[in-house]
Amino acid sequence: MNNKENIKKIIVKKPLTLDCGKTINNYPLAYETYGKLNEKKDNAILAFHALSGDQFISGTNPITNKNGWWSHLVGPNKAINTNKFFVICANVIGGCMGSYGPSSIDPTTDKIIGTNFPVITINDMVNAQYNLLEFFKIDKLFSVTGGSMGGMQVLQFVANYPNKTKTAIPIACTASHSAQNIALNELGRQAIMADQNWNKGNYFNTSSSPDKGLAVARMAAHITYLSKKSLEDKFGRKLQERDDLKFSFDADFQIESYLRHQGNAFVDRFDANTYLYITRAMDYFDLIKQYKGNLSNAFKNSKTKFFIISFTSDWLYPTLENKEIVIALNASGADVGFIEITSDKGHDSFLLDIPDFLKSVKNFLEANY
Amino acid sequence: MKKEFKIITQLIENNTRVLDVGCGDGTLMKHLKDNKNIDTRGLEISKNNVQTCIGKGLAVIEGNAEKDLQQFPSLSFNYVVLSQTLQAFYNPEKVINDLLRVANKAIVTIPNFGYWKVRLQLLFKGTMPITKNLPDEWYNTPNIHMCTIKDFFNFCSKKNIKLYKSIALHEQKTSTINKINLNLKNLSSELGIFLIEKQNEN
Repeated sequence: MNNKENIKKIIVKKPLTLDCGKTINNYPLAYETYGKLNEKKDNAILAFHALSGDQFISGTNPITNKNGWWSHLVGPNKAINTNKFFVICANVIGGCMGSYGPSSIDPTTDKIIGTNFPVITINDMVNAQYNLLEFFKIDKLFSVTGGSMGGMQVLQFVANYPNKTKTAIPIACTASHSAQNIALNELGRQAIMADQNWNKGNYFNTSSSPDKGLAVARMAAHITYLSKKSLEDKFGRKLQERDDLKFSFDADFQIESYLRHQGNAFVDRFDANTYLYITRAMDYFDLIKQYKGNLSNAFKNSKTKFFIISFTSDWLYPTLENKEIVIALNASGADVGFIEITSDKGHDSFLLDIPDFLKSVKNFLEANY
Repeated sequence: MKKEFKIITQLIENNTRVLDVGCGDGTLMKHLKDNKNIDTRGLEISKNNVQTCIGKGLAVIEGNAEKDLQQFPSLSFNYVVLSQTLQAFYNPEKVINDLLRVANKAIVTIPNFGYWKVRLQLLFKGTMPITKNLPDEWYNTPNIHMCTIKDFFNFCSKKNIKLYKSIALHEQKTSTINKINLNLKNLSSELGIFLIEKQNEN
């Protein structure tokens, strides 16, 4: 994890009172941009990343040297065409890619903040990122978009700033984190906290971090991003570089090897405490409760044009939960389109090269610009 | 644009809110939006059609009228349009009730099963009729509740639904349907276009 010095950042001077009651100021917000902001400043799209994402949405991520997490969707002549649109993506607060988070150093103690970091919410993340509009002197965005936790930020953004974006595309998300999703997140957190190296979050003083716990958390989560069918199609019962079972607990099956690889690759680029904080923020997300049981009220003052997208095989943020948002928007008389994309690839679909999905986003953006 | 849509357009006042149920590729919605400054919403079952509509900048929701009309609040539209789909529902009566809950007025069009060509096919050939408006075979048609202009006319009076306007369409020609010419129009028209309204309860 080198080159982090080159990450673009703004230092937000304006104090932000978090949902937990604490106030933060002078905190860094790391971001990346793609394309050019035009003179009228009406072509900006703010994209929000999901749990394990970062600001490197397209091109090559300079830290991991892998493709940006949404490079199928964002780039020159892609669905979100950076020849036309100016795309901004920031690392959420609580994150570990340069924004203020548990791995930041506390200037008063010169130590890493760790679990002294305040528990943050989706609302806090969105309010922090709103400062980017002021930084770029953008009065109104053309669009806000994101999948999964990114979609939740889209909903929160429009609720908080009803007339600061012309359009909004929440993808594969929910207005209220379900018990099932809280349970799955808790599983991940417990895996991290059960790792002795976690040490109540103070693992920076020792040389070892809770890699095993974080890897298990990632493995469990990764399964939830796929579907039964996609696992069958990709792996089935195929064996890993062997002709027969070894009667051991090695990775006999390809799926085991794959998950182990996913877990190990994740710990190289992600901070365990950030995993705790961000999953907590997702669990706390309940826009319905924020608006006293009536989600329509979240959008009643907004003229933003919505396009909601879900995927058939997504069991983490199923179509039903996405449709609840559609229903709430309809009830408030908002301008809303909705499509369920057919895909076997589970929740992960929103990150993949699925032509119908890419086409939908492209068509919506082009038709409204 | 087809004649049916032109007639529907004439029935709708400018600057209103319209829900097009089964909006297809959005032709009517786009026309209403562009020419009459109408705030349109669409509900459409086919993913392909939804894609097309989104590409036209139309606010269309993928969904099934029988399940998804419920999500729209009462009287949230001035008009709701249902073009040639009533016969495809499991429960057409429930759909009509839902339409008249969602909007003050509903425009319902039906392919007329009483049209003479349809009758002749059944009478002389003894097979299920296939016409321009009813192009499918009995085994693959989406139409499960066919009705005639007369059936719909009677349905409205029986259910206390006010028939604001009843128009018969035959080869681009329109005429008004009334109690006196009902039997004739039921025989000579391919399509019935009805502007209906909920009768006041009291």
